[in-house]
Amino acid sequence: MAFDLTSRARELRPSAAPALARGLTPFALCVAFAVLMQLAVKPAVDAYTARLLLDIGTNIVLAVSLTMVNGFTGQFSMGHAGFLAVGGYVAATVMYYGSLRLWGNAEMAGGMLSSMPIKPQPGRSPFSPGDVLFLCSLVAGGLVSGVFGILVGLPSLRLRGDYLAIVTLGFGEIVRVTIQQTGPVIKDAATARATPWPELFTRVGGSLGFSGPPPYTSLFWAFLAATLTVLVAIRLKRSTFGRAFLSIREDEIASEAMGVNTVRYKVEAFVISAFFAGIAGGLYAHTLGVGLSPQAAGFQKSFDIIIMVVLGGLGSVSGAVIAAVVLTLLPEYLRELSNYRMIVFSLALILMMIFRPQGLLGVRELWDAALWRPIARRFGKGGAG
Amino acid sequence: MEVFLQTLKDGVAIGSLYALIALGYTMVYGILKFINFAHSDIVVLGAWTSLLIAKAIEKAAGGTPAWLGVPVLLGAMALCALVGFTVERLAYRPLRRAPRLNVLITAIGVSLFLQNLGQQEWMFGTRPRSLPPIVSGNALFSVGSVRINILDVVGIGTALALMAGLEWLVFHTKLGRGMRAVSHNTVTASLMGVPVDRVISVTFIIGSSLAAAGGFLWALKYQQINQPADAGWTLLGLKAFVAAVVGGIGNVRGAMLGGLAIGLLENFGVAYFNPSLADVYVFGVLIVVLLFRPSGILGKAVAEKV
Repeated sequence: MAFDLTSRARELRPSAAPALARGLTPFALCVAFAVLMQLAVKPAVDAYTARLLLDIGTNIVLAVSLTMVNGFTGQFSMGHAGFLAVGGYVAATVMYYGSLRLWGNAEMAGGMLSSMPIKPQPGRSPFSPGDVLFLCSLVAGGLVSGVFGILVGLPSLRLRGDYLAIVTLGFGEIVRVTIQQTGPVIKDAATARATPWPELFTRVGGSLGFSGPPPYTSLFWAFLAATLTVLVAIRLKRSTFGRAFLSIREDEIASEAMGVNTVRYKVEAFVISAFFAGIAGGLYAHTLGVGLSPQAAGFQKSFDIIIMVVLGGLGSVSGAVIAAVVLTLLPEYLRELSNYRMIVFSLALILMMIFRPQGLLGVRELWDAALWRPIARRFGKGGAG
Repeated sequence: MEVFLQTLKDGVAIGSLYALIALGYTMVYGILKFINFAHSDIVVLGAWTSLLIAKAIEKAAGGTPAWLGVPVLLGAMALCALVGFTVERLAYRPLRRAPRLNVLITAIGVSLFLQNLGQQEWMFGTRPRSLPPIVSGNALFSVGSVRINILDVVGIGTALALMAGLEWLVFHTKLGRGMRAVSHNTVTASLMGVPVDRVISVTFIIGSSLAAAGGFLWALKYQQINQPADAGWTLLGLKAFVAAVVGGIGNVRGAMLGGLAIGLLENFGVAYFNPSLADVYVFGVLIVVLLFRPSGILGKAVAEKV
């Protein structure tokens, strides 16, 4: 019997509308979760808890984005804070000078999704142009940071392991020193309007820090970014990209021999990771009470993110999320032990490497059956005996 | 011309310090193939212990004796050697067969641990302190209008003497031959009867004592000793590591050469171009060297075997 492949394929092809709906559902859920955080959780908790949640959101973006390079691809980057600072400064410049030029001041002009919403007035839209500009500034920060990701990713073509670590560390330091050379912030709208954009990017406060970007970052934005980053990371891991990343991590020479374009994938990993780190930088720069300064690019900050990724498990998205949550909350609960906090963390890092070198979850995710099998087996035995 | 000579002197003075510290990085890298991130914290420990020893001797002797520098240097070197040995024994040895990335992360952990331990009030505290004037800053002689201080001569002289000692140890003793053999091929060396673990311990002891000397000379030169977690220390360590890479990592003579090269480059960059970009020059050179000659000036390119 003749078998018509074309008609069979047409039969099997899903129709467009349900497929689109299925594809977009996770994104809709991300938005819904972020709206829920903003409109339901934020009014229910006090300002201190809200601020902690905000930090958790930003740290999740940072940890998960570093997981893509250090965890999936096995390229040890130690300059993640450099991307954070690049994204943060670009976003802050766009937001601050954009507001000055458009509205004549850099006050908050946010809607209901912003951190300090202006009172909703009847007849006015609950969304404001300020929110739109903020979204643009975040994306701009991410994109510029992604371009820097290419710059840092390129040396990784020739360098392995610790050399790459040192180069990325050097990148962070170069960013920090370069930002220190910038000029003072322009305060009045007229001058800001008269100055061309390229020059405005060099007027970000130098070593004194960039004061002035309005504190737009709210639970909505933080968790929108966090959930989207997690979603992208999980899908990336399961895709062709992720398989290629993991193969490079396991054995670069073998994966090249199997036809994986290691050069392309390594740079791509850096670019994607840098993009999200830049978004996190935008969130960080617009968080209330965070003074954006060149110190944001320093290696101390990079180390903080590395600790999250390593403790969570190199290559585990859910592990990175858990580590980001725990390591943001822990210092708050250990406040009286604050002097010993870093001693405890560094010892945890050493002991983790000696006794569980793959980190908390290793390369697996919370929902992987293989993660639970040994635990289930142990408990099963215990019950039988 | 005056600026040139002055810069040359400053470059050699700081370059010999970088070289001293770079030796520790390069020896560990040559044998264990990982960056010992905790090495810069051994330098810090060297600076702080020499301060504490100097204060203790001053108190006991009721003044600043002329011979003060010698026991301070030897004491700091002995103490740091002990710490380096302990760190290797407890943190790195269990990971002998682990992937290099894990050892690197452990080294970062050890570095953070030493920094934060040193920051505690019952250790060194967080306030910067200064070393007593062990060596006077008087001019010894001058070339043109450039004054060469006793301090410079002592600093450069001590560094050179230690490096000459190391050179002799590595190339003219049985122990040195063992070190070179382990660095060349660990498995074959152990088959030939070289006690690998003992050689590695000795490597850490020597590297750490050189780092201690580096810390002492640094404190002597700059007077102020910053708190252990100060970013300046990590930067110092990184520059020394860059020196090791530029000279050819794993190569003892390369580290000395690289140290001088980085010291000169940094000082000439500062004197003739933009002074606030000193760190950028160093890391820029690192990236250029790694891209065009990853094995460094004196290193040999090694193809990775499958």
